[in-house]
Amino acid sequence: MKPVRARIVAVLAGFGTLLAVVALAAPLIGSTPISIARVFDRTIPFADNVDAQIFFIARFPRVLAAAVVGGTLAVAGVVFQALFRNPLATPDTLGVSAGAALGAMVAITFHLDVSVGGYSSIPLASLAGAFGALGIVYALATARRRGLSTTVLLLAGVTMTAFFSALIMFTQYLADFTDTLRMVRWLMGMLDIGGYTPIVAVVPLLVAAGAVCATLPRALDLLSLGADAAAARGVDVFRTERAALFGASLATGAAVSISGPVGFIGIIVPHMVRLMIGSDHRLVLPGSALFGASFLIVCDLIARTLFSPIEVPVGVVTAILGGPFFLWLLLRRA
Amino acid sequence: MAAAPPRLKRILQTLVVSTLALVAMSLAGAAQPSGPPPARIVSLIPATTEMLFAMGAGNRLVGAGNYDRFPPEVDKLPRVGGLLDPDTERILALRPDLVILYATQSDLRARLDRASVPYYSYEHRAMPDIMQTIRAIGARIGAAESAERVAAGMEQSLADIRRAVAGRPRLKTMLIFGREPGTLRGVLASGGYGFLSDLLDVAGSENAFADIKQQSVQASTEMLLARRPDAIVELRYGDDRRAVNIDQELSVWKTLPSIPAVRNHRLYLLVGDEFVVPGPRIVNAARRLAEALHPGALASLPRP
Repeated sequence: MKPVRARIVAVLAGFGTLLAVVALAAPLIGSTPISIARVFDRTIPFADNVDAQIFFIARFPRVLAAAVVGGTLAVAGVVFQALFRNPLATPDTLGVSAGAALGAMVAITFHLDVSVGGYSSIPLASLAGAFGALGIVYALATARRRGLSTTVLLLAGVTMTAFFSALIMFTQYLADFTDTLRMVRWLMGMLDIGGYTPIVAVVPLLVAAGAVCATLPRALDLLSLGADAAAARGVDVFRTERAALFGASLATGAAVSISGPVGFIGIIVPHMVRLMIGSDHRLVLPGSALFGASFLIVCDLIARTLFSPIEVPVGVVTAILGGPFFLWLLLRRA
Repeated sequence: MAAAPPRLKRILQTLVVSTLALVAMSLAGAAQPSGPPPARIVSLIPATTEMLFAMGAGNRLVGAGNYDRFPPEVDKLPRVGGLLDPDTERILALRPDLVILYATQSDLRARLDRASVPYYSYEHRAMPDIMQTIRAIGARIGAAESAERVAAGMEQSLADIRRAVAGRPRLKTMLIFGREPGTLRGVLASGGYGFLSDLLDVAGSENAFADIKQQSVQASTEMLLARRPDAIVELRYGDDRRAVNIDQELSVWKTLPSIPAVRNHRLYLLVGDEFVVPGPRIVNAARRLAEALHPGALASLPRP
């Protein structure tokens, strides 16, 4: 087997090339034909240049959002699956997504109209909801000083999700009719963010979460052998688990505030990547980030062009495309 | 095979008889009653409640839906739930002799059938259906004449508005009835079917989404840019009616400067429930939309 360093380079180069190709091609394709020459024609003022506006205001932020959200949710999925030693764990498992969704639902129902420097009320509220849930998760994680049982945490997460879902339902029950429609649409996930503010606003969080996750791969590998085995090899299990929890939850909250909960990415992409390149987290973590980004860009491209001029929710495409692809990978392996 | 024991046979017989009885009862419930005109009406839908008041039958209402807000007299009526949560118990307690419900409320319909309470099933569709519904409800409650007066009056007013804006340039217009506050995300616009789309036509404009034959279209940023509407009309209603700062609300559109409507300052914000209740006030809605799109064109028309 090749040394790990060479394999990391190969993974980064392979998935990096895929992401670059996809990210460059996606903004060129859409429901409206645009001329690339016109997009970059500096002689036409931007205010008059429809092609440039479609490219830079409609498509590019959308592709960027897909890349950020797809990569982030995939990484969070990898971390949660390793942490819980459970292939069914997802970024939603600890209730951070549900907390973010509750925030957004409250903002829609009660018509909250606050904005901070162009960052509008619904993403703001969903971020607040994610932080609320994160606070509870963190309190749970640190409540037991001698390290926390992942089983207990998993149960707590399932309970939190159920609790938030109940509150979401109650909020929806209070909502006006057209608001209910908006809620349903938000819960389907929506990458058309119409500008860069929702992404820029959470960049610090994403950087922090990314930095935390970048320290994890070795420890996650050892943790997947079991907590005792990891401890015997010198891993500070409690600290690692706490860092993993916090980093992945923070990433999830930030991603959901951008796009709403885009389903399926967080569970399917890590498995796809493991089937392609094995389960070494030094490879899986960067591989999932790059492949998750590419995968969501492609799904969104399909969502906005397949039935043009109408769009399908991107979550529908991720599941319809990801499901069979994943089964195919499984069968090929078997 | 041995013959069924007598007890099982009796049970089977009872089942068959009761099923037949249920079928007969439901047929009776759905049939047009020929007795005296309904005097205790429950209307669950804002549009039909307004229609009843307009045809002078408001005093026969004994219950209204939770979302009915107009006319003010409706506030004196007991509320009996909404589209998704009609309160069957309260409806039955009011001893109605006619319930006007929405076509999708099949559970409520089944329960009314079992209780032998007659009902009229209604559905939002296109503009002509509003007048057709008024006439049908009028005929059903024995108020055909006043219903005809209301419906014909509306048709006359709509035709007057249409005539007043005829010959003026028909702007390609986007009618937007929902989006996330402070941003252009999740824009919901009128598609090419339904009373909102017809409203655009009466008011002398072309619907920018005329080719998408749905009542609503979720418009992405790209669609907003690519359709290049000459005018954009945003509607605010329900709880959103309070304290609207028009300039602030519309300022988000500045992020898409190539849209002709944005460049030429043809952005309008119309506030009021008449735009989303396909009842008699749809005439006011058409008038306000026409006045916004064609200022001064309606000056010669008599005020309502």
